[in-house]
Amino acid sequence: MVKPQALSPSNGIFSWLKANLFATPAHGLASILILWFLVFSVPALIEWGIINANFVANTGSECQQTTGACWSFLTHKYRIILFGIYPFDEQWRPFVVVLLLIALLVYSAIPRFWHKSLIAIWLVVIMLCGMLMMGGIGGLSFVETAKWGGLPITLILSIFGILFATPIGILLALGRRSEMPLIRSLCIVYIELIRGVPFISLLFMASVMVPLFFPEGMSIDKLLRAQIAVIIYVSAYIAEVVRGGLQAIPNGQYDGAKSLGLSYWQMMRLVILPQALKVVIPPLVSIFISIFKDTSLVVIIGIYDLTLSAKVALADPLWQGFSVEAYLFIGFIYFVFCYAMSKYSQFIEQRLTLNHQH
Amino acid sequence: MKKLQFSWHDTRFRSLIYQIIILGIVICVVGYLIHNTLQNLSARNIQTGFAFLDKEAGFAIGETLIPYQLTDTYWQAIKVGLFNTLFVSIMGIIFSTLLGTVVGIARLSSNWLLKNVASIYVEVMRNIPLLIHLFFWYALLTETLPSPRQALNPIEGVFLSNRGIKVPALEGSALPWVSMGILMALLGIFILAYWAKHKQNQTGQTSTLWRWYLVLFILFPVLSFFLSGGQLSLDYPVLKGFNFVGGWSFSPELAALVIGLVLYTAGFIAEIVRSGIQSVSKGQWEAGESLGLTRLQTLRLIIMPQALRVMIPSLSNTFMNLTKNSSLAVAIGYPDIVSIVNTMLTQTGQAIEAVMIIMAAYLTISLSIALLMTWYNKKMALVER
Repeated sequence: MVKPQALSPSNGIFSWLKANLFATPAHGLASILILWFLVFSVPALIEWGIINANFVANTGSECQQTTGACWSFLTHKYRIILFGIYPFDEQWRPFVVVLLLIALLVYSAIPRFWHKSLIAIWLVVIMLCGMLMMGGIGGLSFVETAKWGGLPITLILSIFGILFATPIGILLALGRRSEMPLIRSLCIVYIELIRGVPFISLLFMASVMVPLFFPEGMSIDKLLRAQIAVIIYVSAYIAEVVRGGLQAIPNGQYDGAKSLGLSYWQMMRLVILPQALKVVIPPLVSIFISIFKDTSLVVIIGIYDLTLSAKVALADPLWQGFSVEAYLFIGFIYFVFCYAMSKYSQFIEQRLTLNHQH
Repeated sequence: MKKLQFSWHDTRFRSLIYQIIILGIVICVVGYLIHNTLQNLSARNIQTGFAFLDKEAGFAIGETLIPYQLTDTYWQAIKVGLFNTLFVSIMGIIFSTLLGTVVGIARLSSNWLLKNVASIYVEVMRNIPLLIHLFFWYALLTETLPSPRQALNPIEGVFLSNRGIKVPALEGSALPWVSMGILMALLGIFILAYWAKHKQNQTGQTSTLWRWYLVLFILFPVLSFFLSGGQLSLDYPVLKGFNFVGGWSFSPELAALVIGLVLYTAGFIAEIVRSGIQSVSKGQWEAGESLGLTRLQTLRLIIMPQALRVMIPSLSNTFMNLTKNSSLAVAIGYPDIVSIVNTMLTQTGQAIEAVMIIMAAYLTISLSIALLMTWYNKKMALVER
């Protein structure tokens, strides 16, 4: 973080203040403006959020009497916000799924565990999650995807999005650098088209156009359609990142691989891609962060992710007018996930540059 | 060039075959989808084509920049949406660039307080989805502000209520003339700046012109006001019944959209500005200092022109993202192009046309921003001699 300059016991607090807040008249003015702003806003926020807040109210009308925040809205509604309209008694299942997926992400984030066994672990965990969410076997009651909601949806959409989009994105990036003009132009058109339009338009496409594409009577699950839209969208962005990685590989590597007599796919799989992908891990994490945030847009086509579940909780006529509390709550959840990921991205970047140095 | 061998060992022959196969697959898949789509459409009695755009729209639009009424066509409604999207995007780009630059520079300040407040700002803004920002501000504006009857009145003529922000509007016959005067002043400033640059290139002399800019900026509008002989007055908003009449009004939707877009995007721009400035070597700062320039002068004259070269590609990406992100307006009900085309879709069922209109609109905007920024990038790029 930030290291204060010239802070030593002999100097004392005044010289620290002078060096760090009031070095020049302009700094002094800026400091005073910020302090003035903090003095006005922080106590007001504490008063609203803690002192005048209600943590114990049992009814909405009781909560509306208070002048501060109504956190008891959250203690009453957190299960709807986190798990949507999933059957109430079965909500331990999505809870376990969330824990499993987070554990999976944390485990895969540690470089020490980057072995082939990771693929097997992913497959097992994902099958387990599918069984838990869907049910229908092992004595678990069946829950249709229309009833899934909340945090699991946000996690599923982003994890599967990145999982399927990565190979497609790699193929697109290779295609974009291909020497075959037809394949190259198809890839360029796909990538630029998807990157040029808002995610919402792809979601609309998935929700209103895709049903028209298939023969009558064949219907595709709404959640699956949103998932496809996410994959289409993310793959174009991953393709561009991977292309950057491919461009960073010096030509000598290609020449070396070719002189060994490797075929195109052998060359890519054994020599080029492992190096290129390593370079682009940090931007890939950034894409993961942005897709994690962007999944909130599925609200617009009526999928019960975290945001729409919060809206359902807010729609309760007995608990009206606590939107600010609800959005602060889900904003906080998103913040924790995204902040952890961005810190991780910085850690991995540092590690990679250290590796390059020796 | 070698003759093409019709053998599997010839790489060119092989790639030709690959491409023919891929083309075949693409044509088959697309053909299959089109076939299904046409059948589905005829089964649902939906006509394809854009002929419906000439029909009467029949829905109201809350905010318009160009004239629109219920009896206008869908085409006119779409234009209203397009202008609203452009308006929000331009406002967003201007304000987020200003705020982002300030925050980005603040992150590099040696002032401990400034640096940390800026860092916290960037982390909080970037790590929360834009949609949550928008819902939050919209909820804050519509739930916590009082009804129009108890509207907050911080300054004379300005009212804050859950129906939006009302400010006095300028009106009168002199208004077009004064606007013309402002345009003339801007043109004059542009010419003066160009002349000064030219002079500096020729002679090396710099001229301090901001006093002249100020004079121009005041003189032209005031002169045109008096010369036009018209009158100019402020139209104050007044509470009538349940809402205000008169004045300019910013709806809660527009305000939430612009506030959310600006605060969110400024976090990203701040990071671009910070890394751009950091890419300029430290020696440049020392050079500026040894020339006797202040830190602000060094930043403006030496550091920023070089940092801009690094920043322009990322900035152009961010501006495109902002424009695409403005489509989230549909979630809080601001009538941008997505929201209007969505209404049209539910009325007519023309799903394919609707999605195509939205995509075409954004592709055009994205492409224009890309072209503009490429031009600017070329202009700013280092000229190697």
